[in-house]
Amino acid sequence: MTTQTTPAPAGFPPPMKRFFDTELETFRSHLILMGETAAKQVRSSIKALVEGNASLADQVIAADDELDQLEVKIDEEAMRYMNLRAPVATELRLVIVGMKASHDLERVGDEATGIAKRAVRLSAELPLKPYVDIPRMANIALEMLRDALDCFLNGDTERALAVCRRDAEVDSINKQLYRELTSFMIEKPETISRAIELMFISKSLERIADHATNIAEEMIYLAKGKDVRHSDEVKKNGGAV
Amino acid sequence: MITSMKQDSQAGHVPAASTPAAPSAAPSTPPSNPSNGPRELPAFAVKDLNLFYGTHRAVQEVNLEIPNRSVTAIIGPSGCGKSTFLRTLNRMHELTPGAHHTGTILMHGEDLYRAGIDPTLVRRRVGMVFQKSNPFPTMTVAENVLVGLRLNGVKDKSLLRERLEQSLRMAALWDEVKDNLHKSGISLSGGQQQRLCIARALAVRPEILLMDEPCSALDPIATAKVEELIHEIKKEYTVVIVTHNMQQAARCSDRTAFFYMGKLIEYAETKAIFMNPTQPQTEAYVSGRFG
Repeated sequence: MTTQTTPAPAGFPPPMKRFFDTELETFRSHLILMGETAAKQVRSSIKALVEGNASLADQVIAADDELDQLEVKIDEEAMRYMNLRAPVATELRLVIVGMKASHDLERVGDEATGIAKRAVRLSAELPLKPYVDIPRMANIALEMLRDALDCFLNGDTERALAVCRRDAEVDSINKQLYRELTSFMIEKPETISRAIELMFISKSLERIADHATNIAEEMIYLAKGKDVRHSDEVKKNGGAV
Repeated sequence: MITSMKQDSQAGHVPAASTPAAPSAAPSTPPSNPSNGPRELPAFAVKDLNLFYGTHRAVQEVNLEIPNRSVTAIIGPSGCGKSTFLRTLNRMHELTPGAHHTGTILMHGEDLYRAGIDPTLVRRRVGMVFQKSNPFPTMTVAENVLVGLRLNGVKDKSLLRERLEQSLRMAALWDEVKDNLHKSGISLSGGQQQRLCIARALAVRPEILLMDEPCSALDPIATAKVEELIHEIKKEYTVVIVTHNMQQAARCSDRTAFFYMGKLIEYAETKAIFMNPTQPQTEAYVSGRFG
């Protein structure tokens, strides 16, 4: 049996302001802050790598605690809201998605910290090669993260769906870098330690793109109530959610 | 089928409303299992239903199907027509002076309002539990449960005893009253009285049970027991429940209908209504932003 709907009669009262609406606004703002902080961490870690700036890398490492604390705060707020306010419909999806997205963003922060630690070590050595592919990967991953978070702000599910489809692009660059760095190591064994660091950085960026994809899928669920994970919609080109 | 309704009643189906309908032809032996009508047809198919109190249209152009052996919740603000709609499902509204309807209601495919259908026979098969518990004050617990059967002439003591225990067990009341069956029904607590009324409705084996805010006056423990009971009886009965408690609708029902100003705004699986309603008005109501 399908859903039956009828337009409401004229005179339906406007949404009522509730005394606990501010709690939901705070929750949303913490999630937005977490998204911005995570993106900044990734940007700074790549900048530190490319510029050989160990000081900037140290700042990234030190700032990871901020994301960890935000994740804990968002979890606390979500648990409290579910416990005391019994949310349903969009609100319930927001609280569930908020908890999941904050976990993804915390993991993005961890990956950025990992990149920063490797940037510190690499800053003491000569660059193995000019950094081209890694900044390119980072840019794509950051664009994916931005688009996923934009969906949270404006409900643009088409852009979120595009994020899911871009994940393959990052995977492809990651594989290409693996092949290239492996050949470096075979030809010049003295490059092994630097090449391995870069392989891990590449893997971290690939993971960041995965987390951005997760967030995009979560935001589609929030906006549409539709779970697109592992569906053909996120794999195929075209098609609307 | 309604035509078999009469046969069923003669075979032992008796008024199912917790306030029993007037007695009719004395039955011989009640059947051990209720007839639930053709399985493939919905318990109710409501088409273009309008209900008027005089000139006031309380229910407007309602169309919906209520599946068999399921719990359907009806939600909506006060005065939206929920209870009125519920009462059209067993023709209880006809007891209100000036009330009349247009449209059709099919119960298992048969028109409830077809000429020649006796409303008391409809109410035998469509029981009702009201907001306020209403045990008969001069009757004992046992008499309250068995009143419907006795009014219809059932005298077999072993059957009455069996039906008494079965009904009280189904209403999750047996363990609490088994040693006090001869005490007055109104000596029970409010929650027990409501479950006594549910036992009274179940004793006559209706096919469908209508519940009009059955837990509104109960504490959380009694409410939980009634909800547990609803969950249990849906294996055999079709339940339609009007409730103001959103969590109760979410917990108990398979499908939910949202009414507003006499109109059915949205009707879907309960999960969809509470997770992803299609109508903004439904979302506003279920999330408490209405008003």
